[in-house]
Amino acid sequence: MLAESLFFSAVLFAIGVVGVLTRRNAIIIFMCVELMLNAVNLSFVAFAQVYGVAGQIFVFFVMTVAAAEAAVGLAIIIALFRHRQTVNLSNINLLKG
Amino acid sequence: MTHNELPLFYVFHFYFFGLVAIVSALAFVTRKSPVAAAMWLVNVMFSLAVLYVLLDAQFIGTMQVLVYAGAIMVVFLFVIMLLNLGHASELADARSLWWKLAAGAVGLALLAQVFTLTKTKLPEAFVLPENTVANQFAKDGAIAPLAGPLFHEYLLAFEVTSVLLLAAVVGAVVLGKRKERSHAG
Repeated sequence: MLAESLFFSAVLFAIGVVGVLTRRNAIIIFMCVELMLNAVNLSFVAFAQVYGVAGQIFVFFVMTVAAAEAAVGLAIIIALFRHRQTVNLSNINLLKG
Repeated sequence: MTHNELPLFYVFHFYFFGLVAIVSALAFVTRKSPVAAAMWLVNVMFSLAVLYVLLDAQFIGTMQVLVYAGAIMVVFLFVIMLLNLGHASELADARSLWWKLAAGAVGLALLAQVFTLTKTKLPEAFVLPENTVANQFAKDGAIAPLAGPLFHEYLLAFEVTSVLLLAAVVGAVVLGKRKERSHAG
């Protein structure tokens, strides 16, 4: 089942990338990043079946980083919303040249 | 689960939930309403939890449901509702056609790259004998084979993770605090 898992993982990751590139809602972009992390986790678990349980332990670390990232990222989004009253990234362009 | 002769039940569920995950992910990136998108993402995560269980990772599957679908997605939904973003019509969300085409091209290129990678031969030297991991779980239970390495080989990474979480909590509190503008200095 390794090849099938890697296939599903690749497709989910590509969908996540397309989501990040096509959407402008900051929260949805964050959720797309979570989708990409999940896709990588699937690869880790699939490889763990062949190479030993270390892959499953790495999934824990990925989940921890995802939780930390969600907490900080959503706090940033709330701060941004308070400041500009929007989460649409096309309106948040102060750093654009 | 044996690798060579898999029961039809197993194979059917593996493909079924893999397809459910992909279809839900497609629905997720195309929904306009953030709440609907979040619900589809929860569906993706549940399907992935099923795949983890089928791939001999029962504890990871549980964590997926508890941490991802439970905790992280609740935080997302909470923020969506806190910011009152539920009205899809107000958001001119998706980018222009050129952006979509470019994103599709990037996605296809990425897919092609990953498929070439899956065609490469895996290093045989590291491959464990058939069913090693499955037998380990069958013998010691679902948690002990994970807990051993986590608290021995990966102890330093585990401790550093706790520092990371502390930093994230402090950062979230500082960012979320409302600034007092009245008294300067």
